[in-house]
Amino acid sequence: MKGLVALLCGIVFGVGLAVSGMTDTAKVIGFLDVFGAWVPDLAFVMGGAVCVTLVAFRFVLKREAPLLAPGFSLSTNTAVDGRLLSGAAIFGIGWGVYGYCPGPAISALVYLDDKTVIFIVAMLGGMVLANMAGKRLDQ
Amino acid sequence: MFSYTAPLIGGLVIGASAVAMLYFLGRIAGISGIVWGAVSRQADSSWRWLFIAGLLIGPLLFHTLTNTPYPVESPLEWWHAVVGGLLVGFGVKLGSGCTSGHGVCGIGRLSTRSFIATCTFMATGIITVYVIRHLVGGV
Repeated sequence: MKGLVALLCGIVFGVGLAVSGMTDTAKVIGFLDVFGAWVPDLAFVMGGAVCVTLVAFRFVLKREAPLLAPGFSLSTNTAVDGRLLSGAAIFGIGWGVYGYCPGPAISALVYLDDKTVIFIVAMLGGMVLANMAGKRLDQ
Repeated sequence: MFSYTAPLIGGLVIGASAVAMLYFLGRIAGISGIVWGAVSRQADSSWRWLFIAGLLIGPLLFHTLTNTPYPVESPLEWWHAVVGGLLVGFGVKLGSGCTSGHGVCGIGRLSTRSFIATCTFMATGIITVYVIRHLVGGV
């Protein structure tokens, strides 16, 4: 049951990414090109999504537990530290370089452009490197 | 149709998926976290792999059923994909989240940390596109 829900949620999420234009690197870079030929349309993607979560999360989190799990798995980390800021900053640079963030990159695999495969492999490599760096920082 | 209709609809759909993930599984629909959990073989990961499978099925369904053409292939080179992918992967792992986890879900649950992360990667994304397009004169 959990698996079925996850699959359906993934499908819905993937439809949303494709409908919105987030899987189109040209649109994403156009959106980030604020000082050039700015195409603000994609602001409505996060805007729309956040409108839904802002309202509905309130009701969901009032429950004692989710429907199919013993509890909510939420981060309790509230630290605004160097790791958060540098990580977010580095992510943004990569996003601007190619135009994909992780979700759209995965969804775009179905368009069968080999550069997307290269992007995903590099992304996984970057995650492994950051994981190693994080362990070093923890010591 | 205004050009922001599709992004807005896509955003609402993404938000609905994030709400369903929290309501049913108690999980944050953060793609970078789900991908990392899956590839690092965290316990009980079948839901993660199924969600990722959904991310691929969703766009296929959308483009096929609505007869919408795939986005134009990125004009960038393969090495842009390597650099972009590495930075995205490193950044999201170090900063504990991407556009979906920090942006859609984190802001949805009023996390200061996520709000600051989102502002940070938006800002560096915009600066990166400015530098590449208007200072260096790239694509």
